[in-house]
Amino acid sequence: MTASPIDYADVQGLVRFGYKRMTEASYVLARVKDAAAARSWLGSAPVTNAATRDSPPPTALQVAFTSLGLDTFGVPAAVLAAFSPDFLGGMTEASRSRRLGDIGSNAPEHWEWGGGAATVPHLLVMFFAEPGQLAGFMQRTTGPAWDAGFETVRRLNTADLDGVEPFGFADGISQPVIDWNDTRTRSKDRGNDYSNLTAVGEFLLGYRNEYGKYTDRPLLDADTRSADLPIAEDAPEKKDLGRNGSYLVMRQLRQDVRGFWQFAYRAAGGDLAQAEALAAAFVGRTRDGVPLVPIADHPIEGIGPDPEEVRQNRFTFDDDPTGVRCPFGAHVRRANPRNADYPGRPTGLARLFAALGFGSKGFRDDLISSVRFHRILRRGREYGPSISTHDALLAAPADDPERGLHFICLNANIARQFEFLQNAWMINTKFSALTGESDPLLGTREPRPGCPVTDAFVLQNDGRVRTQVSALPQFVTVRGGAYFFLPGLRALSYIAKAHG
Amino acid sequence: MTPQAEFFVLAPVIPAREADLRRLLASMNEAPGRLKPDNGIIPFAQFDRLHVARLLIIDDKTVGDNQVYHVTPPKYPLYLGFLGDVDGDADTFLAELAARAPAGLRALFSCCEGFAAESDLGAWMKAHGAPSSASYVNWRGRTVRRIREEAALHDALQSHIEGSASELLRMPPAGVHAKLRELVNRDVAAGRLTLSPEEPTPFGWRLRNLLHLVGVPLILLLLSPLLLVAAIVFAFRLRQLEKTDPELCQRHDPMLGAELALIEDHDVSNQFSAMGSLKPGFVRLWTTRFVLLAIDYAARHVYTRGRLARVRTIHFARWTFLDGTKRILFASNYDGSLESYMDDFINRVGFGLNVVFSNGIGYPRARWLILDGCDDERKFKEYLRRHQMPTQVWYKAYPGLTAADLERHVRIREGLESASLTERDARDWVALL
Repeated sequence: MTASPIDYADVQGLVRFGYKRMTEASYVLARVKDAAAARSWLGSAPVTNAATRDSPPPTALQVAFTSLGLDTFGVPAAVLAAFSPDFLGGMTEASRSRRLGDIGSNAPEHWEWGGGAATVPHLLVMFFAEPGQLAGFMQRTTGPAWDAGFETVRRLNTADLDGVEPFGFADGISQPVIDWNDTRTRSKDRGNDYSNLTAVGEFLLGYRNEYGKYTDRPLLDADTRSADLPIAEDAPEKKDLGRNGSYLVMRQLRQDVRGFWQFAYRAAGGDLAQAEALAAAFVGRTRDGVPLVPIADHPIEGIGPDPEEVRQNRFTFDDDPTGVRCPFGAHVRRANPRNADYPGRPTGLARLFAALGFGSKGFRDDLISSVRFHRILRRGREYGPSISTHDALLAAPADDPERGLHFICLNANIARQFEFLQNAWMINTKFSALTGESDPLLGTREPRPGCPVTDAFVLQNDGRVRTQVSALPQFVTVRGGAYFFLPGLRALSYIAKAHG
Repeated sequence: MTPQAEFFVLAPVIPAREADLRRLLASMNEAPGRLKPDNGIIPFAQFDRLHVARLLIIDDKTVGDNQVYHVTPPKYPLYLGFLGDVDGDADTFLAELAARAPAGLRALFSCCEGFAAESDLGAWMKAHGAPSSASYVNWRGRTVRRIREEAALHDALQSHIEGSASELLRMPPAGVHAKLRELVNRDVAAGRLTLSPEEPTPFGWRLRNLLHLVGVPLILLLLSPLLLVAAIVFAFRLRQLEKTDPELCQRHDPMLGAELALIEDHDVSNQFSAMGSLKPGFVRLWTTRFVLLAIDYAARHVYTRGRLARVRTIHFARWTFLDGTKRILFASNYDGSLESYMDDFINRVGFGLNVVFSNGIGYPRARWLILDGCDDERKFKEYLRRHQMPTQVWYKAYPGLTAADLERHVRIREGLESASLTERDARDWVALL
């Protein structure tokens, strides 16, 4: 089977672009009020595709649906049932909440949206615009059909903090690079080394993933209704509703910026420079994004040649096997361990030997799953005003505004990508054989059976006993969330016409 | 060294008593997936030789899959399975169990065929034993007692480090080692910590283990001319079958998925129980037998310290034939969530999965027994979930501790008990703390 060229005109632009130039954005979570009007709006919505143009557009519109939304638009039950079980089950299933760490103050019952039945959106409409153009764009794009068709659950505004997230760290630095030309699935060597180039099928449905296979999405019989849908690559007699689409995970994460810096300052004994160093250890990077481990002296596929990118991203943790430079529990080490399929990259006979378990037996070998199966494309934006470290150390005024991140990520297999990352790496108190700590930024600090302490953070020291920071408060609280399907444009048109 | 042993009491459930049995099992939990360790039926926590145990109703929903081979699905009874892994001899453990929890066990087994009020509990359980064909123990010889003592040692060391952090931070690794050694020795002398020496290995076990170590390869060697010929015929036939065997990896029932998820991820470890029918025919049966023999051999003699090939997250696992050789039950105890467990397997020991499970009806198409198969991740995960059965009651003697934790504790203790370490070893040892 030969690789298919990507039809960018059928892919929503968010998959390919972060729309960084469009510094204004607003996410509208809506429910269908009048189905006919909703369909009519959707049928003519100017959704932006991923094709490049000579003059980049000043605005962009993207649309995604929850499973409830697809059902409301009349997608037949049998079609709906072929989406992935995690998407269908939704983010707030009780067993899933436990796995995602949505317990305690993170529990869906406390959410502002997505937790209770009345606030579960049907669709997510994302508006992006260049400075000064958002209000006009939203007004033009919505109009009477929108007003008649939808009611707004929440309008989530975003803030442009100039590439910095609310805690004050450079944001969105590490992203997988999509292997649009599908060189990876044909390569025998994939997995030998850490690569930032990731198979298209890890993000877009209907394409081959890192296993060379396809993830869950509905394949339809060819008939008049499905006539305009793309053909399924793995089943040419079928039409593919998922192709060129993606699963979109959205979570509203409130960040306690004051709590974060006040804790770091206290833990550092009132020394601001030390507080900065501790915060950098939590993150695994300095505030301007420089990693705590040295830049690799060899190229890494999918990183560079841009010198800024090399400076921030050309590294693995191979040169820091003891966690002395970047703690094992640091956020970037949990979020992207930058490992390969085998520790020590054995080849040939040594690899066979290693596969049978006779390779190196270091205590930390083989504890972390190979990262290439667990990448996500992050597309979130911040909200709330920025605050300097100095101001963050002051007591909060009564009207202190909420700050945080509207986390958005794209992936083709929610269970293996977003949920795995969240469960096995972020909130896992046993990540990399650590004990008693979860992610310093995202962790819940909720005790578990047999693990009464989960609020520590350990700094490994070179040839010395470790230093432990204790009693980390919870810095991030989940305020809402849902799983969406971000369809391709032809699939979008199918959804708009699904009824009747 | 005290070797581990396993037990598996298996008995058909009286159909009219199924509901009672389910109620009884549910009463042992405080919530689904969360056992009351001191429940009135079997107070597991009182048995200090018991590592893990489970009670489950073996209700194989995939028996109908036999139809794809035009085999009329056999009518199997529902079974009650009671499985566990213990230190030392299993028979004496069952006797101890019978002596200390007679009322609860009788209540459970009275829901099974062939159990009468006057039945002798111990003898009845023994008579209903189902031996496994292959089993894996994470760390041969590591007893529950030792695990608990070493966990206490780890906690004590942590508080010593916190207590004298400023002093220890200035010390080189060898100094830290000496200082902590001294503090722990004081704890031991004062009775605050116990670090029991290893028990002598039972002579009978050592002899049997040695005979097994030598005997199995010897017999294979003797049979090798025959096996070689057979292997060629088998390989040819197997490859033929592989090309035509149907796959049954359709989406699992969401209700089953929800029921299974409800009892998972309460502890850092989980249980896994799955059941499936073997593909019909002589070739598949003998391939499976041979493969299980090989796995059992490797688990007994090679993978005895924390790793099954590259997988470090399994505490105990076993494969057991049921109903003659028609079906296999796979039961394991692993760290992390099911998703990470499945990924661990696919990405690290995919060949090992294929070699066993591709002999089960409906497994994703394998090639030459070890290739492909579970590489089709989505199909494999559906296959596994479809075959999984809810485990009504599950006990683990050391909640909150993963196999990696236990290995760290072993390494810490071994390091601590050496009077002096090389500079390098001392550094590695300090890094474990």
